[in-house]
Amino acid sequence: MSDVNVPPKPRQSFGRRLFLLLGSMDLAITLLLVLAIASVIGTVLQQNQPYADYVIKFGPFWFDVFETAGLYDVYSALWFLLILTLLVVSTTVCVIRNAPNMIKDMWQLRTQIREKSLRVMHHNDQWSVALTPDKTVEQLRAGLSDAGFRVRQTEKQEGQLLSAMKGGLNRLGYLFTHIAIIVICVGGLLDSNLRIKFAEWQGDLKIETRDLASSDVPKESRLTVGNQAFRGSIQIPEGRVANVVFLPLKDGYLVQELPFTLKVADFRIEHYATGQPKSFETDLVLFDDTLPEPIKTTISVNHPLIHKGYAIYQSSFADGGSGLTLEAWPLDERAGAAPEKFEGKVFEKRQMTWGEKELRLELNSFRPFNINPDPTEDNPKNVRNFGPSFGFKLRSPTGEAREYVNYMVPVMREGRPFFLSGVRGSPAEEFGYLYLPVDRQGGMKAFNGYLQRLRDAETVEVVAKQMMLETLAQMSDTDSERLQESLQETLQTLVTMFIRGGFTEVGHFIETSLPEAQREKLGPAYLSMLREMLARIYFMDQDQTQPVTEAELLFLQDAADAIGSLTRYGSPVYLSLKNYDHVQASGLQIAKAPGKVTVYVGCTLLILGVFILFYLPQRRFWALIKQKDGESEIIFAGMSNRNPRDFDMLFDQMRTQLRQETGNSDSQ
Amino acid sequence: MTTILNKESSPIAIRGSWWLLMMLAAGLLFSLYGQVFDVYEIGIVIFAAVSLALLGQNWPGFRLHIAAVTGLSLIAIQLYGDSLASAESNFFLVYLLSSQSAIMWMSALYVMATVAYFIGLFARSSFIEKVGSAMTWAATTMGMVGLMVRWRESYLISHDVGHVPVSNLYEVFILFSVITALLYLFYERRFRTRALGGFVLLVISAAVGFLLWYAFDRGAADIQPLVPALQSYWMKIHVPANFVGYGAFAMAAMIGTAYLLTSWARDRQSQGVMATMMPDLVVMEDLMYKTIALGFAFFTVATVLGALWAAEAWGGYWSWDPKETWALIVWLNYAAWLHMRMMKGWHGRPMAWWAVIGLFVTLFAFLGVNMFLGGLHSYGEL
Repeated sequence: MSDVNVPPKPRQSFGRRLFLLLGSMDLAITLLLVLAIASVIGTVLQQNQPYADYVIKFGPFWFDVFETAGLYDVYSALWFLLILTLLVVSTTVCVIRNAPNMIKDMWQLRTQIREKSLRVMHHNDQWSVALTPDKTVEQLRAGLSDAGFRVRQTEKQEGQLLSAMKGGLNRLGYLFTHIAIIVICVGGLLDSNLRIKFAEWQGDLKIETRDLASSDVPKESRLTVGNQAFRGSIQIPEGRVANVVFLPLKDGYLVQELPFTLKVADFRIEHYATGQPKSFETDLVLFDDTLPEPIKTTISVNHPLIHKGYAIYQSSFADGGSGLTLEAWPLDERAGAAPEKFEGKVFEKRQMTWGEKELRLELNSFRPFNINPDPTEDNPKNVRNFGPSFGFKLRSPTGEAREYVNYMVPVMREGRPFFLSGVRGSPAEEFGYLYLPVDRQGGMKAFNGYLQRLRDAETVEVVAKQMMLETLAQMSDTDSERLQESLQETLQTLVTMFIRGGFTEVGHFIETSLPEAQREKLGPAYLSMLREMLARIYFMDQDQTQPVTEAELLFLQDAADAIGSLTRYGSPVYLSLKNYDHVQASGLQIAKAPGKVTVYVGCTLLILGVFILFYLPQRRFWALIKQKDGESEIIFAGMSNRNPRDFDMLFDQMRTQLRQETGNSDSQ
Repeated sequence: MTTILNKESSPIAIRGSWWLLMMLAAGLLFSLYGQVFDVYEIGIVIFAAVSLALLGQNWPGFRLHIAAVTGLSLIAIQLYGDSLASAESNFFLVYLLSSQSAIMWMSALYVMATVAYFIGLFARSSFIEKVGSAMTWAATTMGMVGLMVRWRESYLISHDVGHVPVSNLYEVFILFSVITALLYLFYERRFRTRALGGFVLLVISAAVGFLLWYAFDRGAADIQPLVPALQSYWMKIHVPANFVGYGAFAMAAMIGTAYLLTSWARDRQSQGVMATMMPDLVVMEDLMYKTIALGFAFFTVATVLGALWAAEAWGGYWSWDPKETWALIVWLNYAAWLHMRMMKGWHGRPMAWWAVIGLFVTLFAFLGVNMFLGGLHSYGEL
């Protein structure tokens, strides 16, 4: 990377040739471009993901190939570091080769220059003036000095030589930029996880892949307190403490011990009026034995706490194991029984014995509020707070699980309140929602009672019999016992089918089981009989003299809709959230970067260097003054190492000015 | 044909008054708001005053531009008063000065300026080219006013929503257009040529096209409050510095395009416009180098500022996040370009091609990363 060409000498030693190759411009430019292309890989392939994801994505064969190539963590792969090292070596060699000349060039005025060289320069001029050489020298010297040039006069065989220079510091631009690259890379290396990778490769460290409590992680996966760089993270629930962080590495993690203990006193999220998060803040207490008293402070995004070179950042948040008070309302044959009340905690897994079923309840999440687009508005930007919700999975003994999200407070739909519960079979699906109508007391009792009656065979039988009798009473042909029996049975079967699969199931029955000829006539009749049954069962325990209200009819309709979709809901129980104790966990990132200062020094050098290099050109002028026939002849020449076109102008301007000052205004 | 660079200085009296005016403006700000300024704000006011003074001291067009932006912005703020609702009732706000209107004016004017420059070039009419320049100045002024007024509007929505309008793709596209235009206008005066106007304005028109699509199809023009990660002083300097870089690289690529077209036309000994009306190839080459050097310098500053910010917000000055990595790729690409030119003496068509390809690399860093790769910089999703 030099202006100065070193002529190749014959019979160079291997070392010398290697040195020249490493410092060559071609290698440097190649490395810049190779590094750019190599960097692309890590942006296209998501880095440091769980290995299982890569296996799914690429299949076992390519997974192994890519892992060997280090593509899951390209930027610390051996071959990538090799390119970087080569770049640093190449830059270093370049600096070593050129620095001495550059430094010399910063000061030297090139007083050795010969007349011949001046005459062949791209910028040169010649004129004569009727002044003594001494007087001429004086004039030219003053002119150049006024223009900001450093000037030196030397006695030559041919006459007096004035050498002038401005912007010698341009050479510093070269030195600064190139040294900066080396400094930044070295600083970056200090902060890389190379040391850890090396220890792992040596077998001194073992990556932990199991899901363990931090205190259970064995010694060979722990890093003790030291001055080495690291970057890790930890989640601390409110009111809890921690003195380690986890460093993710390959398909597992390591535990880094800290020389202090952190307590999360409180975690807060503040919101804008529109519902978007405005700030994430943690009240931290830092206990360090070397301090007279603990540090109490609040950190937030963009405002970390820095203690003894350890920087503690707010990086994420999660639930910290909120306490949930739940009621389990039966939806199966046990409907009607009083709900079972119990306490749970987020992240808790518990066994639930439900009648004969063994279910595993996994409480996964809790949200104190849900600001979602309002489905009743056309504009998706109109959001509404749907109140607290919690998410859980119900796992059958065979391991199959369905995921649920239940909202605590009733949600209004078409002006009527419902308990809302979302369900899906896999994370890839969208949630489907069950709407359970809320009764006049604001609870589940009315729905639950209705469900119980519908499921109770005896009740259904009684109602079916009564309806059968009333129906047949209106008909003339009432004596057939077979008709009586068959009608009652049909009514009961319709209700049973409805319980099994709602109107869909009944519709399916009509489509497939009725002879085609009768379908058109019997189908609607069946459906209206079912509706009648559903209504009779609903109103059976009510005062028959009171007129039926609109609200009750709507409740009946909503309840029937809900019951009809219970099979798809897939849970024998509805979990209702009665109360909660919100506990959050603050996600902290803790980093130590001893190379940071070095990198920053490098960056400063780089910026200074770049600006000097581009905007402080080095410019030189020479004037050789010869005595000739009582006159003085001036040979004037100049050169610039940057912006030749700007220098064209400067040169013109200088020679015109100097010609005028020396009393020669002929222009050439 | 030699193009003499225009390094005309303004008369000393004007230069002096301009400096005085800038210093008085800074002084006025300090006397009005000094008590609530923190150290960053004091720094920014001083930096802004000195930069404006330096840029304007020998550049009459820029002085007029700053005066117009200041005047129009103050009028708009006055018209708004304390109520955002004025944007729907006040005539001047509705049709001219609300940020939405100003930005629409900017968009229309840039497209018209592009057309005018090309007509001027092909009709060999310096008058129409001058109209192009005037329109570019007007567009740039409206764009700047749009940004200034949008800044104020964000505070009128709510104090905690208020922020400098460089926080999402919509806003930075305006910034990009305005900065690229100013860079072009600077060199237009310096090199005394308007022939390149159409080419440079073409990339601005493309940005305007994207801006309009983004605003109308995606509703991106709404002012959104800042996510916590963006609530930092660094944003105010990191983003503009980056866009001086992007703008300069875009301009270099368009000059590269003009260079290639001109050199082909001259090879064919054509007597067409491209062969006869365009500046010398060496002049274009020089301009290409100057813009890339300027872009590189500012891009270096922006990347370093980004690293400083990252160290404060994300727990490390470098995370190999896709945006960071692509910034590095852009930087390496132009570093190689500059070495080739300055050290290996490459010139001519290969370097022009390289500058054009550089725009695509830059474009990917600027847009592609947000569209395809995500990562920590996902503030403007498409």
